[in-house]
Order: sequence, then structure tokens, then C-alpha cells
Amino acid sequence: MTAPLARRRWAPFLLAAAASVPAEALAQAQQAPTLSAGNTAWVLTATALVLFMTLPGLALFYGGLVRAQSVLSVLMQCSAIACLASVLWLAFVYSLAFGDGGPAVGYLGKAFLASVKADALAGDIPESVFFMFQMTFAIITPALICGAYPERMRFSAVVLFSALWLIVVYAPVAHWVWGGGWAQKLGVMDFAGGIVVHATAGVSALVLAWMLGPRAGFPGEVKPPHSPGMTMAGGAMLWVGWFGFNAGSALAANHAAGSAMVATHVSAAAAALTWMAIEWVRFGKPSLVGIVTGMVAGLATVTPGSGYIGPIGALVYGVLAGGVCFAAVVWVKKRLKVDDSLDVFGVHGVGGIMGTLLAAVFGSAALGGAGLSEGASMGSQLGVQALTLAATVAWSALATFAIGKVAAALTGGLRVPREQEADGLDLVTHGERGYSF
Amino acid sequence: MKYIIAIVKPHKLDDVRNALTGVGVQGMTATEVKGFGRQKGQTEIYRGAEYAVSFLPKVKLEIAVDDAIADRVVDAIKESAHTGRIGDGKIFVLELQSALRIRTGETGSDAL
Repeated sequence: MTAPLARRRWAPFLLAAAASVPAEALAQAQQAPTLSAGNTAWVLTATALVLFMTLPGLALFYGGLVRAQSVLSVLMQCSAIACLASVLWLAFVYSLAFGDGGPAVGYLGKAFLASVKADALAGDIPESVFFMFQMTFAIITPALICGAYPERMRFSAVVLFSALWLIVVYAPVAHWVWGGGWAQKLGVMDFAGGIVVHATAGVSALVLAWMLGPRAGFPGEVKPPHSPGMTMAGGAMLWVGWFGFNAGSALAANHAAGSAMVATHVSAAAAALTWMAIEWVRFGKPSLVGIVTGMVAGLATVTPGSGYIGPIGALVYGVLAGGVCFAAVVWVKKRLKVDDSLDVFGVHGVGGIMGTLLAAVFGSAALGGAGLSEGASMGSQLGVQALTLAATVAWSALATFAIGKVAAALTGGLRVPREQEADGLDLVTHGERGYSF
Repeated sequence: MKYIIAIVKPHKLDDVRNALTGVGVQGMTATEVKGFGRQKGQTEIYRGAEYAVSFLPKVKLEIAVDDAIADRVVDAIKESAHTGRIGDGKIFVLELQSALRIRTGETGSDAL
């Protein structure tokens, strides 16, 4: 059964392509899809849930993990990126990602939505709703990278880097996978953004953290998270919001949305328990930061497979997410010695990549999934998944390096001076303090 | 007069206060402080990474008392703040030269 895949994101572009051929226009008009009120209502709701993931979910999740002197700077970075990505999305990034175009990137036909009529449909929902839903993904993806550079990156560099990254990395990869680009034509399976969101953000975070250098005192003398409670509150918002992220990516109120919600929840819970168990056995104490981190790992990992896999597949996803992401987080900090401070690569990058590969396995009908792409075997699907990931990882890494160099040159260096880092970015950069003692 | 400074575990603060009012102490100042002694801080583990917390939270009490009750005050703190585990804290006793109550202008032990 390939129905969920076929429903996914393709519909608007096939319709748009058809509409551009005058000879077929009349025939299309006669059987033009009508607006589904049910689907529209669900995607509207899901859009709000996904925005809530970034503001305040991700902001609080990250904010609790830094020092008290820098908590506001993290909230500020997430807020500024959300606003910036929104304006750029309208201006031309939506068109780059989802406008008609070539295999690599969309053209500028939908810049400022100027050419999109008020009653235009994307599938059977308004294109305005599709635009908004996708915008919330374009907001959270660069915001995820905030976890790589807290407490030390210059704010002007954060703003410039995020803007360029959205244009150069997010837009093309979204086009490859969802917007009618080459990977979609190969039949890649990425239900809600294991490649487009988590692999891009995770790899870019690792490269940027490496370019930036570690926080003062890393690894031995870095201060512990200042508010695990804030992290838990933010993580819980991410969990709730993720229902919109994954189940909303069905772009319909249908069976795929329902099974995506089941998979999302099961994977998060199983990953959280796995992470907790590992800490309990290894360190003697199951920690709140640990269970919340495991939960987010489970959510990120299940994202690409969520609409394709069955509930038992989701359980396997979750257990693997907890174990593998835990190992990855430790490996990056202890072996690679890169201060990807809040573990964007270990949790999102590794989780998203693993989940994308696993989709080719647990998406198959034989293992309880909804079926692979038409005509694909498990092996050929795995090849498509791996090829798309390889291109995404390579492009994300190279482009991030180049963008980082440009941002550094234009803002006077990516890092704030050492003494400002020691004082904390809240007062130094934003003139505010998170707490008065 | 004696000026007594006691560093105690934060969760012992209420016990110490009750014990001191029991021996006639009229007032005290409590401050949240950080420090280390033989306990030397502790290690916390987040996401598999160890963080050395080298200053631990304590409460510092400052109490000015008449010579007559100074020994009883020290004993009361010693007993009420005691857990027997490392990090229970310390008590310092200093000679106090003078005291003055701002509202009335009283001085010496009348001001305590």
C-alpha cells in the first residue's frame, strides 16, 4: 500500500503542474478537488501545535540546559529565529522549497505568495494552510541549531547564520524531499522531516559547534544545566506539539495521521524509558534531564517513519533511539571532543538519520508498516534513503561551513569575547537578567 | 558579648532556628551562601557528562549574644545542625566589641 506516501506533499505540485498545461486545464477543472473541511481543520490545528514546539517549547527545553546567566539569550535566539524564518518564508523561501522548479530547488514563482490566489488549494486544503504548516517546520529547524552554540555565539552572527542557512540548506533539501525535487522522484520516504529537519539541523549543528570552538572550561569545568525543571516543561511541550508535527504531516485527518500519532507517542515513551534505564544502571541515578532527552530522541527518530510504521515498529524505534542517541551524545563530547553543547547532533542528527534508514525496514508491510514506495524492495528503498541522506549530510556540512565563514566575516567573528562569555550573554548582549537574587 | 557565625546545611535551618529560640536568642541573620570544606563539592552527571560542582549551597547564620548564653547557643547549633555526615558545617565564635539598636539608641547587651 503506497497511499500515505502518495498523499504526502505530492498532491499540490502535481496539481500545480497540471494547471500550467492549458490543454489539460479544462479536464482538471471538471474534476478539481474540493476543499475538505475536516482535513483543513486538522492541519490548521497541527500548525498551531508545531509553532508551539518552538515557542516556547524548544526555547524552554534549551533554556533550562544552560547557565542562569545565559538563559534569556537562548529564549531570545529562538524568538528571533522564529520571526526571521517567518518573514523569509513569505518572501521567497517557501517558493524555493515548494514552488515549481527543477530537481534541486524551486523557482521564485510563489515569492510573497503574490501569484497564489486566495482560494488556491494544496491537495484538498487551502494553500494558505499548507504554507503556514510548512512555515512552522522552517521555524523550528534553524531554531534546533541554537543548541550547538549557546552561551558564546555573537547574536548578530546567529541572526545572519540562521537566515542564510534557511535559504541555502533548508529550502533546497525541503525541495528535494517534499517539493517535487530529485529525492522525491526517487521515492524517498520522509514522512515528517527526519531528513529535512533533523538530519540537516543535526549535521549543521555539529559543524558549527566545531567551527565555533567549545565553551570556556569544556569539557571538565562547564557549569551544569541551571534549571532541569524548565527543560522538562519545554520537553513536554515538544512532545505535545510533535503530534501536530508528525500526525499533521499526513496533511489530512485520516488513518495515516492516526497511526503517525500512535507511532510518535509510543516511540517517545519507549526511548525515554530506555534512556532512563541506561542512566540508572550506569550512574545509579535516573535523571529528569535524561528521561526528557530520551523522549526528544524518540520523537526525532520516529519522525521520518511516523506515518509509515506500525505500533510495534514504533516500539523498536523508541528503544533504538534511547540507546543509540545516548551513545552518540557521549561519543560526540568525549571522543569527538566537539562542544555541540545541547547535543543537537547526538539527539536530532543521529536520531533523524537512524529513523530515516529504519523507515525502509519497518515501513514495509511485512513488518507491520503501511508499505514502501511503489515497486521498491526493502533493499532498494534503503538505497534511496541512504543516497538522500548522504547528499543531505554532505550539503548541510559544506554549506554550513561556508555560511559560517561568511557570517564570521560580516559580523566580526562568530564568538563573543571571553570575558563576555564569562559574564553571560543575557546582560552583555540583551541588557536583561533572567533572575534577580 | 560574642558574635557567632555558623555555616549549616540549608535543610537544617528551621531546626537550628527553633533550637536557638529555645535558648533565648532574640534574632539572627541568615544568608544563602556557597562554599566548600572537606566535602570538596560533588559531581553531577547530565547526559552522560560529569559536571564538577565545586561550591555547595549552605546557610550562614550570624548571631550576636550575651556572654552568659554563648556556650548554650553554640551547643544548640551543634546539636540541631548535626547529621553526622560530611558537610554538616562549622561554628565560629568571635569577641563582639559593641552593639547598637538603631531605633532606640540602646547599646551593649541591651541592644541584642
